[in-house]
Amino acid sequence: MARKVSTQRKLVMSAIAWTLGIVIFFPILWTFLTSFKTEGEAVATPPSLFFFHWTTENYAEVQSRSDYFLHFMNSVTISLGSTILGLLIAIPAAWAMAFAPTKRTKDVLMWMLSTKMMPPVGALIPIYLLFRDGGLLDTRIGLVSVLTLINLPIIVWMLYTYFKEIPGEILEAARMDGASLAKEIIYVLTPMAVPGIASTLLLNVILAWNEAFWTLNLTTSNAAPLTAFIASYSSPEGLFYAKLSAASTMAIAPILILGWFSQKQLVRGLTFGAVK
Amino acid sequence: MGSITLRNVSKVFGEAKVIPSIDLDINDGEFVVFVGPSGCGKSTLLRLIAGLEDVSGGDIIIDGQNATDAAPAKRGLAMVFQSYALYPHMSVRSNIAFPLKMAGIDKAEIDRKVADAARVLNLTDYLERKPRQLSGGQRQRVAIGRAIVRQPSAFLFDEPLSNLDAALRVNMRLEISELHQQLKTTMIYVTHDQVEAMTMADKIVVLNRGNIEQVGSPLDLYRKPANLFVAGFIGSPRMNLITGAYAEAKGGKTVGIRPEHIGLSKDAGTWEGTVTVAEHLGSDTFMHVDVPGVGLLAARAGGEFGVRHGDRVYLTPDESKLHRFDDKGLAL
Repeated sequence: MARKVSTQRKLVMSAIAWTLGIVIFFPILWTFLTSFKTEGEAVATPPSLFFFHWTTENYAEVQSRSDYFLHFMNSVTISLGSTILGLLIAIPAAWAMAFAPTKRTKDVLMWMLSTKMMPPVGALIPIYLLFRDGGLLDTRIGLVSVLTLINLPIIVWMLYTYFKEIPGEILEAARMDGASLAKEIIYVLTPMAVPGIASTLLLNVILAWNEAFWTLNLTTSNAAPLTAFIASYSSPEGLFYAKLSAASTMAIAPILILGWFSQKQLVRGLTFGAVK
Repeated sequence: MGSITLRNVSKVFGEAKVIPSIDLDINDGEFVVFVGPSGCGKSTLLRLIAGLEDVSGGDIIIDGQNATDAAPAKRGLAMVFQSYALYPHMSVRSNIAFPLKMAGIDKAEIDRKVADAARVLNLTDYLERKPRQLSGGQRQRVAIGRAIVRQPSAFLFDEPLSNLDAALRVNMRLEISELHQQLKTTMIYVTHDQVEAMTMADKIVVLNRGNIEQVGSPLDLYRKPANLFVAGFIGSPRMNLITGAYAEAKGGKTVGIRPEHIGLSKDAGTWEGTVTVAEHLGSDTFMHVDVPGVGLLAARAGGEFGVRHGDRVYLTPDESKLHRFDDKGLAL
């Protein structure tokens, strides 16, 4: 059912859409541009958008002051590690909830989601003490485990929704064909749910990559990911805007590129089941 | 070998007693059809035999072994589902090979068995395709192929033809019957379609509200229905059931007469009535006749018997084919 749309209406709509798009994108663009300015130009009023002395010295400076590669590897380890560990726990959990539900399954799902509604700072002291006494402060293992636990509700929820779409008869057929529970999950359920698992994986890598509260509070240097690397350039004194921008650009670039190339998968994942 | 015995088998879902208690013997090599209206428990009974549901009470004995608590795969049964339940991410070859792979059979043996099954089912040219690239009938054959490679002691079919169109259904019905002739393996087949039941079965089990109403060969059920439910369920159009003065005169609370056992005439007969609907099928004419004092009766005449709505006709029941039932609905 095509509706007739006047040219004028199209123009107005396009203008609104472009404005909104630019407003949303502007902070990222501004960060990117600032990272190529000198510290003086970065704070100059009025600021110049494009016509300044382009320089890459901030990047060199940031690289010489701190080890970008170490933080990058920490981010990769923590986001991938917590997501994969989360998936290993969540796949059997979501299988049980989707295919062997009990009267309380819905309540358990709601309870898991409710943990995401609590402000994380409420749990900071006990978790900090546990980490200190367990020798987990500033370790990758500590961060992987805490981020796994924090994102687990989302992983279970997403997988549960995908698994619900898979007809139970196919799993029963596998059972009749002699598959054990583990083989049923490995050979039948998981391959059928690959699109869903992939988008869950992508979304949670992004969430874990950007997670700043726990990573900032539980690390100092060794296990610090890129979020901590950015934060180390945020200072109340001195001129650090350009260097902060350079650090931010370096931190968000990898995940932005990943998101760009996987956007189709992400959109499919987030709208899965909305239409048949 | 594939004999299956059910002893006091019951199934309860929460408050609902789906199957109160069932005893049934299925002999090796038999083609048994479970038939009944929807919600009668026939699919549940099949799933209990398969092991996909746990029984609430009673025993299931397969080949003399008590299999009540055995896992589905340990029962030596193969199942064909209504939705086919093929593995969508695997090729036809991998689908058929899956149960063999799970059984840990070596690669060369698997290849040989898959090739054999594919040849029997005309699937040789489709082995590399994915299920979504196949027609409904081909998918059904893949599902059957996946069942036969295991050489099970019995096949379980859960309404396997209900997703196919009418023409294909007739074909597949014949193919399954032929397969049974070739393999001579026990088959249990669930359907709500009495034509499938009548044409395929050695033995029909008529189920109603979780109880067995009657067990017998198709013609037994047609000729000697044990009660009013079976009388009304088997046969198309349904048997005419008459109560009142005529029934009592013939010695029953209710008497039944099949539409094909009523003689028709335009001149004279036992009952006089008015045609309300006449269905001309070419070979046959089914008439619904309103007879005052008896009720609305269905009768079958030859294709050349020309009548129309509102015509006056005379009906004469063949009294040797009358079925008599007592006040509990049981056959006398």
